[in-house]
Amino acid sequence: MNNISKALQNRKKVKEKIKILYDEGSYIKAQKADVPKGLYEKCPKCNNSINKKTNIENDYICKHCGNHFRMRAIDRIKYIIDDDTFVEKGIGYITLNPLFQDGYEEKIASYKKKTSLDEAYIYGYGKISGEPCVIGVMDSYFLMGSMGSVVGEKVAKTFEYAIYKKLPVVIFTASGGARMQEGIFSLMQMAKTSAAVAKHSNMGLLYVSVLTHPTTGGVTASFATLGDIILAEPNALIGFAGPRVIKQTINQDLPEGFQKSEFLLEKGFLDQVVHRKELKPTLGKILSLHRGDRR
Amino acid sequence: MNILEKERHLKELEEKINKLGNRRIVRKLKEEVENYKKTEMIKLTAWDRVLLARHPNRPRAMAYINYMCPDFMELHGDRLYSDDRSIIGGIGSIDGMPFTIIAQQKGSSLEENLERNFAMPHPEGYRKALRLMQQAEKFKRPIITIIDTPGAYPGIGAEERGQGQAIANNLLAMSNLTVPVIAVVIGEGGSGGALALGFANKVLMLENSIYSILSPEGYASILWKDSSKSKEAAEAMKLTAYDLEEFNIIDGIIKEPLGGAHFDKETTFFETKRALLNEYFKLRRLSGTELHYQRNNKVRNFGFLQRFNYDNLGGIKR
Repeated sequence: MNNISKALQNRKKVKEKIKILYDEGSYIKAQKADVPKGLYEKCPKCNNSINKKTNIENDYICKHCGNHFRMRAIDRIKYIIDDDTFVEKGIGYITLNPLFQDGYEEKIASYKKKTSLDEAYIYGYGKISGEPCVIGVMDSYFLMGSMGSVVGEKVAKTFEYAIYKKLPVVIFTASGGARMQEGIFSLMQMAKTSAAVAKHSNMGLLYVSVLTHPTTGGVTASFATLGDIILAEPNALIGFAGPRVIKQTINQDLPEGFQKSEFLLEKGFLDQVVHRKELKPTLGKILSLHRGDRR
Repeated sequence: MNILEKERHLKELEEKINKLGNRRIVRKLKEEVENYKKTEMIKLTAWDRVLLARHPNRPRAMAYINYMCPDFMELHGDRLYSDDRSIIGGIGSIDGMPFTIIAQQKGSSLEENLERNFAMPHPEGYRKALRLMQQAEKFKRPIITIIDTPGAYPGIGAEERGQGQAIANNLLAMSNLTVPVIAVVIGEGGSGGALALGFANKVLMLENSIYSILSPEGYASILWKDSSKSKEAAEAMKLTAYDLEEFNIIDGIIKEPLGGAHFDKETTFFETKRALLNEYFKLRRLSGTELHYQRNNKVRNFGFLQRFNYDNLGGIKR
């Protein structure tokens, strides 16, 4: 057998593998398995119980108080991106265990199964209200969306792909910060992603970052707050140090609404706080205002 | 027995020996103590290095600066809010060559530590650093950053003024610089607070300094829910200079005298200066574009992962 036919055979195998990995059905199954049993769930803000089904139909917004629940990466993409335009890129990364932590590989494997994602971040090409862009979404259900080597690499790849295609980037952040299990490598992802943003920015391209609940730690201190335009969802926790750490350090109760998106808007670190239902039109508007052919 | 206990033990021994009258016995015992030092003080665990990095007598950034450039001139303020005392910035010449030096300064007494906020900078500190780096860029002046911090300060005021944004902006700006940037970790390099000054062409570390994502105590309490396991955490985190050099995260190690930098400060300062200038002479040959490329290319390769490339199949439609 010559090399070409070998390669072709490999290609077929890989395609089949992808089908298994990214089967739509397996994702829905995973979603069902992860949601705690019972028809109702409690809203953490107003303590009213709400029907899960209607909550999903209502884009994960509490119908009583308008609290925005956390959203899975794939739901987010389905919600924001026009139908049948999303093409996922950067697949096939394998998370390794650089510090040989006990149980880290098993943890990753279990989260992979639960979320049917291969890491806490996915990106790809898509259209928002007809405007092409590169979209990246972090999934806070995957180990709190923490940034390890793979997430950092994929974020950097997002910007590189956007530079190659000369497209704007939209990133939805939801992360607890850098991933402790990977130690110093996670820390270095902060520099890596910031450098990628700088490269993209120097090409004169647009980067919109949308901060969702929760965005803290190393992600806040790198690419999340470097957007040309920074939006946030209402009542999202955004900050560098977590509230628990601050409380421990200063031995004081924190003021109400501290580190919430409205607080950050007041302090001047956000461009706008946008309700989830208005997010898609807002992003569409921003992208169309920055479209290249208008210049 | 950890390194601090050994140190105390040796001190007590030496005092006792000095009290003895017989010269010959004193000399003999002193020799034995020296031998003990040579065999025992070099056996350092990761936790020993953490203790040495936090040692109260360890030389601070200002001492290094005073040794390296006697004509150092401090520049204050971020032009936006206030002057953060935990970050020292300024210009000075080393062997006649002008440098911009930015350093995190711990205090050596409680009073000084309160003034310096235990070297935990607020956003205005990072913005001052940013201002000075942009100034250096304008005058094509090389930059030396000296890192010694437990981390960026987690407090209400710091969050109100955008700690995360300040660090992120520093990283972005440092990625764009076209002058040589050399960072040296002299004590603790704690998480984002250290990295905000550590995005450099060359990163050096003193032998007994540490550079990590968070403190061993924090690591133990977050991952193992037990903050008393900090010794094991220090071992597991791979935070010593030797581990990081193996990972290619840092570019060089500066040797310290036996027992740590505080035993012979002059030698430490001399070695640090020599290592810094050595790196600077290498970087000086590169043009601005090359420096920019080198710095960004270096961080681009950071990470520990594997990949099977599916992208040439055209991605996946969902």
